[in-house]
Formats: sequence, structure tokens, C-alpha cells
Amino acid sequence: MQRVRSLTINGQRVAVDAEPATPLLTVLRDQLGLTGTKYGCGEGQCGACTVLLNGFPRRSCQTAVGVAAGKKITTIEGLARNGKLHPLQQAFLDEGALQCGYCTPGMIMTGVAFLRANPHPSEADIRRFMQGNLCRCGTYPRIVAAFRRAAAIKSS
Amino acid sequence: MSSKLLGERIKRKEDPRLIQGRSHYVDDIQLCGMLYLAFVRSPHAHAEIKAIHSEAAQKMPGVLAVYTGADLEGRLGLIPCAAGMEGLKVPPHPCLALRRVRYVGEPVAVVVASGRYQAVDAAAQVEVDYEPLPAITDLDKAVSSDSPVIHESLGDNIAFVAKLEGGDWKAVESDASLKVIRQRLVNQRLAPLSMETRGVVASYSPGEDTLTVWSSTQIPHLLKTQLAVMTGMDEARVRVIAPEVGGAFGSKLNVYAEEGVACFVSRQFGKPVKWIESRRENLMATIHGRDQIDDLEIYFRPDGKVMGLKCHILANLGAYHQLLTPAIPTLTALMILGCYNIPAVFVETKGVFTNTMSTDAYRGAGRPEATYIIERVMDMVARELNLDPVEVRLKNFPPPGKDIVLATGVSYDTANYQKTLKKVLTLSGYKKLRREQARLRKKGKYLGIGLSTYVEICAMGPSSRMPAGGWESGTVRVEPTGKVTVLSGTSPHGQGEETSFAQIVAEELGVPYDDVTVYHGDTNQVPMGIGTFGSRTTAVGGTAIYHAAQRIKKKMARLAAVKLGAKPSELVFRDGKIETEDGSKSVKFGEVVGEAYFAKQLPPGLAPGLVENYVFEPPNYTYPFGAHVAVVEIDNETGEVNLRNYFAVDDCGRILNPMLVDGQIHGGLAQGIGQALWEEHVYDENGQLLTGTLMDCAAPRAHQFCWFETANTETRTPVNPLGVKGVGEAGTIGSTPAIVNAVMDALRPLGVRHIDMPLKPEKIWQVLRGGSPQVV
Repeated sequence: MQRVRSLTINGQRVAVDAEPATPLLTVLRDQLGLTGTKYGCGEGQCGACTVLLNGFPRRSCQTAVGVAAGKKITTIEGLARNGKLHPLQQAFLDEGALQCGYCTPGMIMTGVAFLRANPHPSEADIRRFMQGNLCRCGTYPRIVAAFRRAAAIKSS
Repeated sequence: MSSKLLGERIKRKEDPRLIQGRSHYVDDIQLCGMLYLAFVRSPHAHAEIKAIHSEAAQKMPGVLAVYTGADLEGRLGLIPCAAGMEGLKVPPHPCLALRRVRYVGEPVAVVVASGRYQAVDAAAQVEVDYEPLPAITDLDKAVSSDSPVIHESLGDNIAFVAKLEGGDWKAVESDASLKVIRQRLVNQRLAPLSMETRGVVASYSPGEDTLTVWSSTQIPHLLKTQLAVMTGMDEARVRVIAPEVGGAFGSKLNVYAEEGVACFVSRQFGKPVKWIESRRENLMATIHGRDQIDDLEIYFRPDGKVMGLKCHILANLGAYHQLLTPAIPTLTALMILGCYNIPAVFVETKGVFTNTMSTDAYRGAGRPEATYIIERVMDMVARELNLDPVEVRLKNFPPPGKDIVLATGVSYDTANYQKTLKKVLTLSGYKKLRREQARLRKKGKYLGIGLSTYVEICAMGPSSRMPAGGWESGTVRVEPTGKVTVLSGTSPHGQGEETSFAQIVAEELGVPYDDVTVYHGDTNQVPMGIGTFGSRTTAVGGTAIYHAAQRIKKKMARLAAVKLGAKPSELVFRDGKIETEDGSKSVKFGEVVGEAYFAKQLPPGLAPGLVENYVFEPPNYTYPFGAHVAVVEIDNETGEVNLRNYFAVDDCGRILNPMLVDGQIHGGLAQGIGQALWEEHVYDENGQLLTGTLMDCAAPRAHQFCWFETANTETRTPVNPLGVKGVGEAGTIGSTPAIVNAVMDALRPLGVRHIDMPLKPEKIWQVLRGGSPQVV
């Protein structure tokens, strides 16, 4: 198969050189230095590597870079606009919804997609949707609060 | 101290970089010419290594070398154990196995390659001939006289036997009025499971003869010393940096084989070397927590007063000692009486080798086991006597406000157990809950209310009682521009001390919070310290910084006094000024800083500059405490436990930042509740790990929790001037028994006294159908 030579990441076309079966996570981190996306398990079980493909949350450890080619890829580095944090990032900051911060990029990327699809989620909705993302620091109560805060900001 | 910052919900300094993915964990570090390691690990729990064939791997693309245990023998030191105790057997623990493997996942060989995937692919081509031996994973079997021996030179599988005895046992045993309960409790093995796995980058520069190591560690300073010893390098030429660390929970309070091997390989090649642990390796070969069997005898009066507690502990140490392995279960013995005045105690702890990964510190480290024991004891006594668990606890608490010395010999700092209990009963509406429970029971529904009134030992600790020093260093340096640098020997990794330390210093010096920057974790940047574990970072490390700030103030007050014609003792630091209390004489903070650095007119005996270091040696541990209430509902059809409410009242002494304290409680609860209901790390009888992925070991997720209702009381400790006790482990320690007590309370109509954790639906389901709870 043809090697992947370019990707569209955070609104920019960037040159890469990878076999199409290479995990997107590897290309982001090792070729492009976009290290905000994290390896947590390599098996799609923890959500730490979540990025957006055309706005949908995807596990970058389980996504072949060939699949991502031609799609709009958004990583944690691409969320803030003109120095202004995304409302969910701001909500994480305001609620203190993180401790070690390792799961946080994946949490936020998952949450951005979730809130786009569900602008007014209940607490139960949030907890259910976020069950694919593991936070061992146990910041779940604050994460739920951050989602609700971001949802309120967006709808107001 | 005019309090503007301390006690406030200040947002964390750490967070802006973290929420943007802009921080640097070990795997985010890329160095030019970096080589990669992959380890060949044992698939057997116990086997002789007959031969290792690495020729095929050596020929794979990008492969530079393959090393085995024999290659490292005499060239790389053994993995250290810092815990010392009388009669402790310490088996040799090489970084790569020699002749025999003793647990699944033990490193046998390492491949060095120029690419990460090349290394992993080549490792799969290393062939090892094993001759399997019988594996021992069961504690009762491991201590029996006919058991195969894991370390033959040690004679048997018992690494140590420790006894702790206090009180008048003759009186207890001859008192015929006392009732006795005998019960075995199993405290299951857990995986600490930090989201960031372990990882290390070692970079040796042959020209400078220096070794720089980035490691995901809680103890950069101790690691530096140990890596110098293991590699034989001059310690002054070794630098360890703990960059951003993605969680640890005790599992990175260690010196690991892979760290030693990375340093060895980097020195061999004169190039940087990286190793990042996979999640499967993390579950196999990063230390595990807990894993004890506790056989109890409880002697108590008919009124609920407990008169004596005996416990025989079998503690599973795993195959080798890691840094603190044997020390962990001794904390269980030390804290076994909890917050109760029980006049007689006897604990015998046997540390046992098995063909499993080493156990070591996991959040709570020996104290959750103790709290689980004593809090289950209180509930079992209440059940036996048909008393309310609250009543039994009140009967056994020591009176508030007095110095508490227990039969274990432990003396607690300030406490008021009655107060936290009362508060949580009010917060939870305990009486109302009991009425609801009675109503539901009539309808055949099982609602359970569980209590835990814990005390823990933290702020570790006085050096005389610690394996490798319990002091901590703190430095405050006011820069010539008036900005303030704080250096700590601790190594926070998610707890938020960049924030709380800045709060302390900004408050003391009267400067803006944003002007204070905290650094930690780089042994070339900060003075020698100990690290972050045992809920010590703020209580011990923060105190060192507080004292360093006092020294800065003393010096600056002398300088300001000359300028103002006042006495240094009259001056206060506030709002960027140093002034008299009434403000009539005032000088800007920055102006005095200038005096110190330009040094034109220093008072006699005063050295130029503004940098002060302080090493704090804590005079005692601290003993945080609290009272938790869990409310659970049992699904009669499935046996599932639904956590309906959780109320936690914790007293961790003075609170510097409620946001950080609450966060630590939340996290602790998640892990403690996880142990009670879902988590277990399981080996089968052949020593194969059955829970080798995230899906199997059942770390809990958002949908499994209810909202946590938290509150505090603040009983300041006299052990340090901040009055801080520590909060990192409290939630984990307090919550596990509260949950189990709640479930057992729910199932009370069924006549079951105890079910071992985790309280998975299948166990409850069997009990609901009249079966034996012990069958899993």
C-alpha cells in the first residue's frame, strides 16, 4: 500500500511519511512532536489517546494513519483558538478537573465531541459516555462538573 | 500570619500546561541519536533458564545488542531493598534474571535497537529454553514445610516474622465473660495502575562523564544515589530528573530493573536510551499492592468494648524485595488498633515469598489493610451483639483531646474522633437512613449503611523510624528582580504542591502568588531531598519551605529595619511591602531585595544575596482521621451493588487549599471503593496473571460512582508549624471498609457475616440464593 505522505491536523496540512497501518498515535507523537496525545494502553481501553477525526472521537492507538489521511484531525494542541482556551479546557481549569494530567487530553477531546452531540447532558449522560476514559487519579466528580460547566457556558 | 492565600480555593499552577497537552512526561522527551530498549520477559512463574538464543534477534534490522543476566553480572548492581528489619532474608535481585526466573514478566534479556518497534520485534525473536518448576502463589501453601522453595539458599519461603505485642493478655484470656469472634479476612492484590506507565530515558555523555536520567519516579534523589551505586558511577556525575509524572500511587516509589539497565546500556553506547513500559508490562512488572491474609481473634465484652485483638498476617511479598516490600505489611501491624482504645494486642506478621510480582507501596501501603481489619472488627462485634455500629465505635474511642498511646506503642497526635463521627452522621442523615432501611427490609429490599471511622499514619516521617530518611529540604530564593523561586526535595506528580507551596511562600513574604515559581524533581536543580510518598509532601516538604521562608524574612527584616529605623521584630510582610504593623514605616519588598544583592550597606555579619535552605526533620508522624458513611443498594436479581451515596468527613489538620484537599479525597475514594467492589489482580495456581489488561483488572470508571459528599473538620497537628497532617491516602484508607460494612449490613437479614473483596455481583448473587459467599 501507498505510504501516507500528508495529514490535515489542527487545520494545517503537514508532511509525514508512514506506512498506512502505523497507529495514528505513533505518527502524531514520534513524527510530528504532537505529544499532547498520550499512550495509555495501546488497546483502545483507556481513552488517553483520543483525538477527533472529522469531529468524532477516535482512539489514535487503534486508528491506522491510513484511515486518518484525508480527514480533519484535531488534537489537544489544536483546541485553543488565538490563545483562547476551548470552553471545556477552561471548565477543566476552573473546576480543577485533573491531577496528574495524563488522561486529561483524552478526556477533553472525548468531551468536546460529546458536548457537540449533546449540548445539554444530564449527569448520568456524562458518566455513561465517559466510561471509555479511565482516570486513575479519580477526578470523575470534577470531570462531570467541568462538563456541566462547559455545557452551561456553551448554551448561554 | 495574615491569611489571604492559605485556606483559599486557589486554582492550580500546574493545570494550564496540562489541559493543553503541553507538558513533558518521559515519553515526550526526544533526544538526538536515541536508542530504544525492549525486554524479553519470562512467560513462566518459576523455571530454570537452560539457554538463551539471541543470534536471530541480533541479526534483525536496527538491532545493536542483546544482553542477558550473565552479561550484566558483576557489571550492573542488584536492585536495592531499603527496608531493614531483624532477621530479614534478602534474596539477590539482579536486573536481568540469572539462571532462574521467579515470576511471570521477570526481565530475562534486553534488546537494544535504533528504533522502538525494531527493539520490540527483535525481543520477540529471542528464544529462551526454560525448564519449568512448580509455582507457588498460595500463601498457606507457601509457608507449609513441604512447599517448594523459591530462593533455595534461603531455606524456606518466609522472608521475616515480626511480632508486635502489648497489654495484659493473661487478663484477657482468663476473663470468661468475654466473647470471641474468629474470622479470616483476605485483602486482595491490586494493580496501582497509574495512567502513565513507567518509563526512563538515560543519557550518558562520555566526554563529560555524566549520566542524566529522566524517570517517571516519585523519588529522583534516592534513585540518583541508587543508580550511582548500581552503575558504579561517581554520584556527583549522576543527575536524575522526574519530569511530569502521570500518576504513581506508590508504584514509582522504587528502583526498577529497567532503570538500571537503561543506564548500563547508555554507558555502553555513549548514547541516550529510552524505555517506555507497555500497559501489559505495567500490569505484570510494576509493583502490586496489598495481598494479605489476616486471621483474627477478637475478644470483647457484652457491652461492645473490645478488650483484645489478635491477628496473624500472611503478607504476600512476591518473588523478590523491591525498595520497601517487607516494610509495607509492618505498617498494618502498627495501625491495626485504628482509633480505638483496645487494651491488648498481638500481631504476628509473616512476610512470604511467592512466584508473583513484588508487592510494595500502593496508596495507603499497609494502612488500608489495617483499617480494613479494625473497621470490620467493629462491625462484626456490633453484629454479634446486635448493637448499632455507631454505639460500638463510641464505646471504644479514646476520650477526645488527650494524648493517645495505644497498646501497639503508637502515640497519636491531636484527634477528635467523636467530632468527625458526629458530623458524618448528621451529613448523611444516619438515623433517617436506618428508618428507611427498616422499611425497605420489610419489602425484601436490601439497603446497606456502612461506617468507617479511620485513623492513618502519614507525613512520613521521623528519620529514626524511616528506612532511608524522613526529613525534607526546602529552598526559597528571592531573585534580584523580586520574583521568588522555591525548590523542594519532594517530587509531586499530580497532588498540586506547585500550587500549595507557592501559597505558603507568597503568604509568608507578602508577595503576589503569581510571582512565586516552584521547582522540584531535578537533582541538579534542587538540594537533596527524599520525595513524594506517605502523604508527606506538604506536611514535611511544605514545612521545610515554610522555615526557609522564615529565614528569608529574618534577613530581609534586618535589612528593612536599618532602612526604616525600626526593630526587625516590629516588621510585617504584606502587599509587596515590609512595614510596621500600623504602616507608618514602610519600604517596598523589591527595594530590600536590591539592598541584599547590591550589598552596598549590609549590616555587619549579613551575607549578600537572598537564598535560604532548610532541612526539616519531623518530630513525629501525623495521624489524620475521619468518618465515612456509605449507602448501598443490592440488586436482588443480579447481586450488583449500587453505590447510592457516599459521605466523607475527613480531618487532615489545617487545610491550605480546599480544592486540592477535596481532589485528593475524591481520588482516594475512587481507589478505595474500587478495591471494595471491583478491583483485583489475580494469578492462577500456575502463577499466570489472569488480569493482564485494563479490561480484566477492573479499575473503576465514571459511571460506577455516585456523587461524593465531602466535608472536613480541622484539628491542627502540633508536629509542624503549618498544622498540616496530610491527605493523599486518607480516602483510600477510609473508604474500603465503609463499603464492605455497607454491603454486609445490607445482607444482614441473610445471616452472612463476611464476604471477601471485591464484592462482585457473582458473590452477592450466590449469597442471595442461599449459597456460600466464599465460592467465587
